[in-house]
Amino acid sequence: MAFLDFVPNLGRQVLLTIPNLGAAARFLLRSLVAVINRHFSIQQLLKQVYGFGVRSLLLMMVAAFFTGMVLGFQGYYALVRFGATSALGTLVALSLLRELGPVLTALLFAGRAGSALTAEISSMKATEQLSAMEMMAVNPFAWVVAPRLWAGIIVVPILCAIFDLVGIFGGYLISVPVLGVDGGTFWAQMQSNVTFSGDILTGLFKALCFGLVVTWIAAWQGYAAQPTAEGVGNATTRSVVTASLAVLGLDFILTALLFT
Amino acid sequence: MEKRAIDWWVGIFVLLGIAALVVLALRVGNLSGFAYNDGYVLHADFTNVGSLKVRSPVRLGGVTIGEVTHIGMDPKTFMANVTMRIEPKVKLPTDTGASIYTEGLLGEQYVAVQPGGMPQDLKPGGTITMTQSAVNIDQLIGQMVFDKASGSK
Repeated sequence: MAFLDFVPNLGRQVLLTIPNLGAAARFLLRSLVAVINRHFSIQQLLKQVYGFGVRSLLLMMVAAFFTGMVLGFQGYYALVRFGATSALGTLVALSLLRELGPVLTALLFAGRAGSALTAEISSMKATEQLSAMEMMAVNPFAWVVAPRLWAGIIVVPILCAIFDLVGIFGGYLISVPVLGVDGGTFWAQMQSNVTFSGDILTGLFKALCFGLVVTWIAAWQGYAAQPTAEGVGNATTRSVVTASLAVLGLDFILTALLFT
Repeated sequence: MEKRAIDWWVGIFVLLGIAALVVLALRVGNLSGFAYNDGYVLHADFTNVGSLKVRSPVRLGGVTIGEVTHIGMDPKTFMANVTMRIEPKVKLPTDTGASIYTEGLLGEQYVAVQPGGMPQDLKPGGTITMTQSAVNIDQLIGQMVFDKASGSK
């Protein structure tokens, strides 16, 4: 009987998913447009940039530092067999700038800020604060959702740039003083193989897309959550899982599109 | 947290991001080309530039003294025209030669200049006439194989 249930269940899931996607897209549009609403306040935006950005800075820097150091060790291990350790700088920089920087920043951001955002919005919904705002003719999209969404879009590329820099520094610390790669070669090879628009800006553009997607998913999961204590918990879990998978999937698409 | 404190922190955060981007651009990317902006320009015609690229280094005795700024094709002579920017303190004699070498076996290509002994210096915008083109490894290997094959007959 399990199989007989499977087919209608699949159909029901599809029928539920498609309007959900539409609603999520409309939600995104309304929130992005809400910046021109009079209830949108720069002060709220700054508060969210502070919460998302400044308070996750330490986490990002520690993660980046260790990522860079591991890249240094691992790259050395692979390259030393071919006597090509002079390419270590290029390897560390390109891996960080093109892939690891944006993706790891976005994954950490989904865990650190996205989950908190979902929990916040869904408990606002559970305690009927969102309805209360509408009663007071305050647009909750402009007051609650838009500042968070725009903060995510602003914050993730900045975090990514800092992540890249700290990671490259970590890779340098392992490669040059510890493993004895020539410092001049490390930087020179990196400089001659990394391009500003092709590698650095591509990475930051990816980070921008990830910032939008992660905050969108987190805000939508919070907004669409069941208004119960259990619903808040479920929404938070779903937010992190969906956002992480979306980042990895989107990264593949972006890499394929921007690959040169 | 107080409003003003948040403003400060956000400001510092954004500045940190911009600083990181600038350092990435100058230190990691190769946007630091302005180092040779005050240099003078020289031209050289090669029959084959191999995989020489814009921003490839120009070296004298292994020391980088400039970079390639433009690679073009002369439609009349069918020669590749390489434009370079050289540090102003390096004055090259008129009988200077230029060759395209490869760094290591598979490394990047660069322009190596060999100064001659003439008393006059090349003027800015001048042309290096004695040039040696890039070594084409494929061609060399092909030639070697061909020679071996014909020699063993």
